Amino acid sequence: MAIKRSRPFFKTCVFFTGLIPLGWLAFALWSDTVNATVYMTADPVQKLNRELGDWALIFIIITIAVRPFADLAKKPGLVAYRRMIGLYAFFYALLHVSSYVGIDLQLDLVEFVKDITNRNYILVGMVSLILLVPLAVTSTKGMIKRLGGPRWKRLHFLVYLIAILGALHFFMMTRADFSRPILYAVVILVLLAYRGWAYRQKTRPKKPTAPTTEAA
Amino acid sequence: MLIKIKNISDAKSSEIIQQDFYYNRRKFLTSAASLGFTALLPALSSPAFGAQRPIKNVQKTAWGNNLQPTTFDAVTTYNNFYEFGTSKSDPSKNAHTLKPHPWTIEVSGHADKTGKFSYEDIIKPHQLEERIYRMRCVEGWSMVIPWVGVPLAKIIKRLEPTSKAKYIAFETLLDTQQMPLQKFPILPWPYVEGLRMDEAMHPLTIMAVGVFGSEMPNQNGAPMRLVVPWKYGFKGIKSIVKISFVEKQPPSTWSVSTPQEYGFYSNVNPEVDHPRWSQKRERPITGEGGFSALFAKKIETKMFNGYAEEVAGLYAGMDLKKNF
Repeated sequence: MAIKRSRPFFKTCVFFTGLIPLGWLAFALWSDTVNATVYMTADPVQKLNRELGDWALIFIIITIAVRPFADLAKKPGLVAYRRMIGLYAFFYALLHVSSYVGIDLQLDLVEFVKDITNRNYILVGMVSLILLVPLAVTSTKGMIKRLGGPRWKRLHFLVYLIAILGALHFFMMTRADFSRPILYAVVILVLLAYRGWAYRQKTRPKKPTAPTTEAA
Repeated sequence: MLIKIKNISDAKSSEIIQQDFYYNRRKFLTSAASLGFTALLPALSSPAFGAQRPIKNVQKTAWGNNLQPTTFDAVTTYNNFYEFGTSKSDPSKNAHTLKPHPWTIEVSGHADKTGKFSYEDIIKPHQLEERIYRMRCVEGWSMVIPWVGVPLAKIIKRLEPTSKAKYIAFETLLDTQQMPLQKFPILPWPYVEGLRMDEAMHPLTIMAVGVFGSEMPNQNGAPMRLVVPWKYGFKGIKSIVKISFVEKQPPSTWSVSTPQEYGFYSNVNPEVDHPRWSQKRERPITGEGGFSALFAKKIETKMFNGYAEEVAGLYAGMDLKKNF
């Protein structure tokens, strides 16, 4: 498998775009502190945690949307930026958990262990974060070469499972308004269905093109 | 006249502030912050409110007069009122569609005085009181709110319930024009709540008609809402249009919607976790946002939200884990 080349300019663009949500959250907190604005609500602990979790899920969805989008737009080169977007998903997921443990639980690790063992939505969320680790670690060019294309691809197919678990985690922690977790789940399933369909198209044996000559 | 009933629920001296400070607190904060770029962000720096009319002849009470209230801005912009949207900032943006005047309340069930009453019929005969109560949300945050209201017991007595009235049931307005989110099945509408008769008659329970000395803002449940300070906030049903005296325990919206998570009693109890999070501690919402709120220390949640001395007797002998 050839590793798609990314162009430095576009790669830099993707890098800085990925930082926008974090930059916005930092600005909002700063502004609320200094200018008494209310971007982060009166309870920024919850707001920050929800925003970070949301962005983790959005970046996961963008990651799996890159290929279908590249196919439809007939720009296969876009796939080159997928790994960086995937790393951002991991980055925001890590910040999401850090803000929960560090800020919400105020580093009460006993409480966190209790959360993981007693509360299924937290367990599901942690499983999806842990599954992201091998994908993040193997996202370098060197690791792709070492694993070899087909094995790397098989490993990275996990991203669909992670996306589903992420949406499930969101669904399970929702109290009454399920519209957003359902929307995320539908988008993920559509993208997964597209990949399944595209895969079948590729592997299906070609129909004979030449008409069989009739016996004279 | 000050009515001082008990000290036990009062805050420790470190939380004490001067009376009336809260009315000016926002102004103080804004002027302190004006060194920043407030002038550059005029429309964004503070959400707009319809000016609430001040209420006259409110009797001060000693309830919570040593607690530092949450700011007016936070109390009126950080709300759970799903009829106007599911995010906390939605109600203050959307609740302008509610028309709280005139307002009719239908009283039914086991009482001598039943029928339709105007808001004035229900509230006007009584002396309004200011009570500063802690409010603990089931989600794990809390506020301190200066309510204006009438002890519910006084209203109930005038309606003359019979001996068959064991519970009291409340209903919020059902009107998709005024409460647009009722078009969607987020919760079974209308919102309903209930109390046992002794809980409803308890002197701490009030029918609130205002906050911070002014008329109740729509997003806080205008024109009248229940406040039961030792229970989780969602028991405080808003914009009440029906009151009925019933023999059997009435349904309550959240316990119908998610029975394994929300019970009829819903007393604040640090020992009984919500299935999805611990109730041991809470984040006090003071009104100061940003980094100071982000790193503010959580406080221990108290049994019955700190009102155990007054209300624990109501539940003597009851298994509070079972009757959560």
